[in-house]
Amino acid sequence: MAQASETPLIGETGSASGESALDGARIGVVTFPGTLDDRDAARAVRIAGGTAVPLWHADDALGDVDAVIVPGGFSYGDYLRAGAISRFAPLMRRIAESADPSAGAGLPVLGICNGFQILTEAHLLPGSMIKNDHLRFRCADQVLRVENTSTAWTAQFTDDEPITVPLKNQDGQYVADAATLEQLEAEGRVTFRYVGTNPNGSRHDIAGVSNAAGNVVGLMPHPEHAVEAGFGPDDATGMRSGTDGLTVFTSVISSLAGSTAGPDPAGGAA
Amino acid sequence: MSDQDFSIDTVEHASSTPDTELPWDELGLKAEEYERIVAILGRRPTAAELAMYSVMWSEHCSYKSSKVHLRQFGEKVTEEMRRDLMVGIGENAGVTDLGDGWAVTFKIESHNHPSYVEPYQGAATGVGGIVRDIISMGARPVAVMDALRFGEIDHPDTRRVLPGVVAGVGGYGNSLGLPNIGGEVEFDACYQDNPLVNALAVGVMRHEDLRLANASGVGNKVVLFGARTGGDGIGGASVLASESFDDSKPSKRPSVQVGDPFSEKVLIECCLELFGGELVEGIQDLGAAGISCATSELASNGEGGMHVELTDVLLRDPTLTPGEILMSESQERMMAVVTPENAEAFERTLAKWGVEYSWLGEVTDTGRLVIDWNGETIVDVDPRTVAHDGPVYERPYERPAWLDAVQADSFAATEAGKDLPRTAAELGTAVAELVTSPNLADPSWITDQYDRFVGGNTALSQPDDAGVIRIDETTGLGVGLSVDSTPRHAYLDPYTGAQLALAQAYRNVATSGAIPKAVSDCLNFGSPEDPPIMWQFAEAVRGLADGCRDLGIPVTGGNVSLYNQTGGNAIHPTPVVGVLGAFDDVGRRTPSGFERWADGQAIYLLGETAAELDGSEYARLHGHLGGRPPQVDLQREKTLGAVLINASRDGMVDAAHDLSEGGLAAALVEMSLRFGVGSRVNLDALCERDGLDPATALFSESAGRALVALPRSEEVRFKDMITARGLPAMRLGVVDAESGELEVAGDFEGGSFILGLDELREIWSAVIPAHVEG
Repeated sequence: MAQASETPLIGETGSASGESALDGARIGVVTFPGTLDDRDAARAVRIAGGTAVPLWHADDALGDVDAVIVPGGFSYGDYLRAGAISRFAPLMRRIAESADPSAGAGLPVLGICNGFQILTEAHLLPGSMIKNDHLRFRCADQVLRVENTSTAWTAQFTDDEPITVPLKNQDGQYVADAATLEQLEAEGRVTFRYVGTNPNGSRHDIAGVSNAAGNVVGLMPHPEHAVEAGFGPDDATGMRSGTDGLTVFTSVISSLAGSTAGPDPAGGAA
Repeated sequence: MSDQDFSIDTVEHASSTPDTELPWDELGLKAEEYERIVAILGRRPTAAELAMYSVMWSEHCSYKSSKVHLRQFGEKVTEEMRRDLMVGIGENAGVTDLGDGWAVTFKIESHNHPSYVEPYQGAATGVGGIVRDIISMGARPVAVMDALRFGEIDHPDTRRVLPGVVAGVGGYGNSLGLPNIGGEVEFDACYQDNPLVNALAVGVMRHEDLRLANASGVGNKVVLFGARTGGDGIGGASVLASESFDDSKPSKRPSVQVGDPFSEKVLIECCLELFGGELVEGIQDLGAAGISCATSELASNGEGGMHVELTDVLLRDPTLTPGEILMSESQERMMAVVTPENAEAFERTLAKWGVEYSWLGEVTDTGRLVIDWNGETIVDVDPRTVAHDGPVYERPYERPAWLDAVQADSFAATEAGKDLPRTAAELGTAVAELVTSPNLADPSWITDQYDRFVGGNTALSQPDDAGVIRIDETTGLGVGLSVDSTPRHAYLDPYTGAQLALAQAYRNVATSGAIPKAVSDCLNFGSPEDPPIMWQFAEAVRGLADGCRDLGIPVTGGNVSLYNQTGGNAIHPTPVVGVLGAFDDVGRRTPSGFERWADGQAIYLLGETAAELDGSEYARLHGHLGGRPPQVDLQREKTLGAVLINASRDGMVDAAHDLSEGGLAAALVEMSLRFGVGSRVNLDALCERDGLDPATALFSESAGRALVALPRSEEVRFKDMITARGLPAMRLGVVDAESGELEVAGDFEGGSFILGLDELREIWSAVIPAHVEG
């Protein structure tokens, strides 16, 4: 468990939600050898009021977590195909089992960037990512539209809310066959869509999708880089002030509170 | 296990065959250097020993031409400069105390020659190499920067070199999870056949985690880990980096290393875990000169000797000879010294990260570095003679004969200099033309290929004056960094040019609000065997050392890159200077652009402007390079720095930007374009106070200046501060958030000119893509 951060992170001392019932939400953050944004994802969870639990790819058990984030990076260097090796990690098998809605509650899982690529490789989400149409790595402050607010990870957004979060990848072009794209559109499973110029040639300007049950969501842009004023993207309020990404993390924490504790906190969680 | 179709030249064999001729010249050694090796050993060297000496005594590794000058960096250090210095020049990277128990280490290095031969891999492994220097100090790398120089933007070869270099810097740094927080890019014909790729890395650690690489403790084990050793990069330091390019020689592509950033990322985490668990006595990175360097430096920095078995090195290519194994610069390798008690725990950690390793030998008390091949001794040397006692040259140097004529050729005497723009229309056109020239155009085609967000601690990055990284998330403590060079000025006068680069980096760091603390330099020059080039080098080092003393910040490390010339054409002297500054809280960093909510804020110009167009971007636009560079006043830079830092600390200013390339015109445009927020300024008072015409006021590149924007409520307090500190300053205009325009008024025909920001941005951002895409 080498990835646990010993350094106290911002947000550990005070939760954004202020609702102590939510502080117990334990959200696993998976680390592969080449994962890069795990610390950022953990920080986002803390700032949102949850507890980040480091998970190591080689472990064969999920342990006590209420949701899982597969963060960005280059899990095995991405020399072959992004996510192609990572999907075989023992932990990914456990995540797939727990995320299967037919087997129970359906663990909320979020894949960001390389994490999204891994989730598609693992067939938890449809489609695939290929190289950007311009063939370059691109880092930019990206505007997205949140088109589905019924998933575990988007419940606190308003319908069609425009948000600004960083985008940074080389293999971000979302592709799927026509039937899949049609199905995603028909079922409202395009969770995030690029606004303005399509940054990488993604089909239907798709930035993120969900599974049918809405517990598994993947997106290429990085909400975890837009959670703390001063260190996020530029937005209308000023330089590096954007914190739109935080709602992704507060959404899952509140949906967990809703599903485990029910509407009445006194009901208690099993 | 090795397919040996070569006979092994053992020490015993060498002693019995004194007359055997060895190819010392092919390995880049000079006749007198070879004779010196024979004298040291008392016999001819073995093939393996010759390989080691040839790479370790290369210019790149031994600093044999530059050493006598670089000493000044140590000699001109004052007590004040030593106060925060925990590790100085000579280790893998210098270490500076930041307070609160935090220390920071940073270093800039060149990878010029490889990047020209093979742009992607050359640049990528440049980043990889400097990052390993940071790791070997026990620090976690937290950011990188890059200073890039290419030939003319419209030259066909620039289209080959630039995209590859940028993709290489990005591809490697992005994969390591290191935000790229800034740097610089310049286009000039002098870099056509010698592009410069300088990479800077910065790392942080707690004081108690500081580690120095040395082999101490007799009986401790020596282990090589990371990637396997292959045939790439053989002679990279000697025959590639330490010679000029020459069309008559075969391609040097096999001398370029090939990078694997994934392996390096794993190596970073693995090394930090080894350090954290106190499982290693020391770690030495393998960069230039590979195993030759690691074994000889570890051994000579320790107390005794070292004995290793070279056939235990894990190979990618089993046909490599011992000499090739010793010289290989395969990337992503580390050497560590481990106590026998920790060996098992060491192996467990490497297994966890999936890193290969092989135990090579142990630390001895013989004072000798002994290397065996299947039990037969092929190297038996005093490691100091390899690592530290290389040749030192007092290269002859003389002021170039052409310099007088160049210095006499002032821009003011040229047609363009006599016919400066006078009317509003002419001035407006000139500003637009200047800021959309390649060297002032939007560099985001380059910087958007770099991840600036990873880690979540980036408070400022390109295009702001300095890159700013938070280190301590509870207090906000952090660092600000800038790298700068002004080669055109250094060409006109290397002493002053080096100080201008230092002053600019210092000013940039202070502009962001950080307190300058330390310097790292990358000195890129032509051939040291050419006395006028050697003079440029000597003058630049003297200027830099004097400048650091006057500013009170020490050089903590760096790198020298010579032989940046092809045939008789040398690059401009290019001392690239990195300055690191400290923040008690990065939350108070000052952005470089006017923000939308700052409507109506006052814009002040700090410092004085002289008629200094020689060597400027404006002169470059008119194809001219001659005259004298701008004057340097380091006391003024200190005063200006103190004002900018205090203004940040007391929350007086909301934007600040230094004036450098392109002068006031470029600074105004950049501050306005940053967030698309316009401004209105009037040049009258400035022209009157400093005795300038409007064009000179706009385009002069006088040092010691900055623009700031501050709320009107802060004006009184700010003016009191600058008055008390004796810094000349004047109110130039106001921020105008609604107009979308930059309006410049003055005492010229037409009264004022207006530049629409949207139109300007369109041209400004199209320059680089138009030349390098496709």
